[in-house]
Amino acid sequence: MAIHTLAVLVENSPGVLARVASLFSRRGYNIDSLAVGPTENPAVSRMTIVLNLEGHALDQVSAQLFKLVNVIGISEMKSSDSVQRELLLVKVPANPVTKGIAAKFDAVITDENDQSLSLEIVGDKDQIEQLLTALKPHGIRELVQSGLVALERGAITLADRTLTTMGTANESNPENKTADYQN
Amino acid sequence: MTKVTGAQSLVNSLEAAGVDVMFGIPGGAILPAYDPIFDSKIRHILVRHEQGAGHAATGYAQATGRVGVCIATSGPGATNLVTPLADAQMDSVPVVAITGQVPGPAIGTDAFQEADIRGITMPFTKHNYLITDPDDIPRAIAEAFHIASTGRPGAVLVDIAKDALQRMTTFDYPKQVSLAGYNPVTQPKAQDIADAATLISQSKKPVLYVGGGVIKANAANELLILAEITGVPVVTTLMARGAFPDSHPQHLGMPGMHGTVAAVTALQKADLLITLGARFDDRVTGKLSTFAPNAKVIHADIDPAEIGKNRHADVAIIGDLKNILLKLNPAVKEVLSKVQPDLTPWQNEVYGWRSKYPLGYDKPADGSVSPQYVIERIGKISGPKTIFTSGVGQHQMWASQFIGYENPRTWLNSGGLGTMGYAVPAAMGAKVGAPDSTVWAIDGDGCFQMTNQELVTCALNNIPIKVAIINNESLGMVRQWQTLFYNGRYSNTNLESKRVPDFKMLAEAMGCVGLRCERPEDVDKTIEAAMAINDQPVVVDFSVHRDAMVWPMVAAGSSNDDITTVRSMAPVWDSQEL
Repeated sequence: MAIHTLAVLVENSPGVLARVASLFSRRGYNIDSLAVGPTENPAVSRMTIVLNLEGHALDQVSAQLFKLVNVIGISEMKSSDSVQRELLLVKVPANPVTKGIAAKFDAVITDENDQSLSLEIVGDKDQIEQLLTALKPHGIRELVQSGLVALERGAITLADRTLTTMGTANESNPENKTADYQN
Repeated sequence: MTKVTGAQSLVNSLEAAGVDVMFGIPGGAILPAYDPIFDSKIRHILVRHEQGAGHAATGYAQATGRVGVCIATSGPGATNLVTPLADAQMDSVPVVAITGQVPGPAIGTDAFQEADIRGITMPFTKHNYLITDPDDIPRAIAEAFHIASTGRPGAVLVDIAKDALQRMTTFDYPKQVSLAGYNPVTQPKAQDIADAATLISQSKKPVLYVGGGVIKANAANELLILAEITGVPVVTTLMARGAFPDSHPQHLGMPGMHGTVAAVTALQKADLLITLGARFDDRVTGKLSTFAPNAKVIHADIDPAEIGKNRHADVAIIGDLKNILLKLNPAVKEVLSKVQPDLTPWQNEVYGWRSKYPLGYDKPADGSVSPQYVIERIGKISGPKTIFTSGVGQHQMWASQFIGYENPRTWLNSGGLGTMGYAVPAAMGAKVGAPDSTVWAIDGDGCFQMTNQELVTCALNNIPIKVAIINNESLGMVRQWQTLFYNGRYSNTNLESKRVPDFKMLAEAMGCVGLRCERPEDVDKTIEAAMAINDQPVVVDFSVHRDAMVWPMVAAGSSNDDITTVRSMAPVWDSQEL
């Protein structure tokens, strides 16, 4: 298993999700999870893509992704260097055992009635898996997960990093055009 | 600022982008644009099928290096552009397609002639747009031309809703295009240049593996310099024919499935591939795991995603090939002034293969015309300044093998997508872009029947191309595979096209001169008759032997080591060569 997490800055424009999905589908890259949302810059959205790469090099995937005109920058989020979180909402039968598990895992009870209990937990992949493992014998009625989001540790931002590493540095270069196809 | 319609803004934008010609067909959704087109200085050529418009734009772009433009209406007009756009994108040809879309409020309602052409073309355009606000038209057009023509060139589609063409807007063409996510690297890194020069100076068996990128970057002169300062033998891929003169003593010909023994074998035995604007396509490498097993690889390309896609690169150089070669040539010269490896044994070896296994063909025993002979004679008689286009199949391979190419942009074909029917419309586009050049379409009888209606366009618009139909009455390449791999079971490859259709009469019906040639002794005079006609398109139906096959051949999925010179005949290697 070759699991990688990519943080991708994209222009906030129509069709951009379809472009990314189309590329992944066409080239046979497997997506484990995908989370998209707005960023501090209203013109830019951020995707966090968890990829299961079998037989594909991460460099090649990034290079193909970066060819999309709407993709502004890409960076790998390594688990050692980033904060990674996922949101889980899960519906289980309401009883003392499930309530006990919720308390043990610091899960928030978001809804409760005679029959069921809805729990919310935010955590990394392991924490969520542990909770689900604990709940499973008691009957999971429904669950929904947000997909992973990740933020690099330290002061540097993805925007800083991608502008310096993804080939945009020569933006001011007057020769930054092939002169050959100019109309 | 004065108010104009979106349609007027579109036409003004195309003029501002420098468009001088476009190929298209009007229809409901694009109709508002055709009113200002009527008054524009842009020449609009009314084609007979949108596919023809797309390939014509491609042919124009391939011949001139400028962006080719095609225009169509929504729905079927747009979907008919799908094949040529996929074709242009695969061969990195700068093309911009303009399509009308149903009015904004109707989008998504399955309206009459509605097709999601932006969605459809997403996987095989470099980028595309759906414009629903007339104010966005100038920016979208400027960006489309910028994206199509810079970096690795490609196809861009701009789909414009009909109401955006009808509504009022102001025309304000951007002076500069700035795209946050699109800034192709064109200048190579000094370290990569130095590393490449060092590898070249250490190699004893180098080959220059030249792809279509050299032509796209207008870097043929710089390539010639690199070849001559190093003495390295050169192979030119199907997309690169003409990037290096065929007459040059260092040229080994084309590599790949139907490449020369010398070119294929030189790559196999090389210790270094100096790869320039080529992409290790399966038709070149054969079975990838056995391709050039002992070679280190220098890979120079404008597209970073090509590096390591199929073959690991020991040194990757990202940039425009002209810029790369302008830096690499002096660096190599400098390094070679200190250490000059002796390439003589290698040169002797590869040039030995070239003389021992030249391209050739047998004359049919029954006295019928050999297709290779026809193509060879057209090449000889019309000369190296002629622009040749071809369809896809046997005639394409023979045209790449038996015509001597001396100049870039003289050989236009569908290399990547392999689009049958490319030849006639591409020749039309090439002739429009280069009206002073003789343009020959070398076509097959199968291909010709896919797109020949554009001869009507040629006849009516004073576009005097010449078409040679290499008529073997069959889908020849498929038939060849049936001969070799399906026990001669010719399932659905017999076109029966000796007289149905009657190509001579068909040509005449379309306003062209129709000629026919059925005997070897008539070949030259028929070609000369065609060469003498310059005010009308000419179509020559050459009846040729149907069992002729393309050789050499590396069967699909096989190793390049298993090249056969003719059926079941492998080259005989001296023991030290193996």
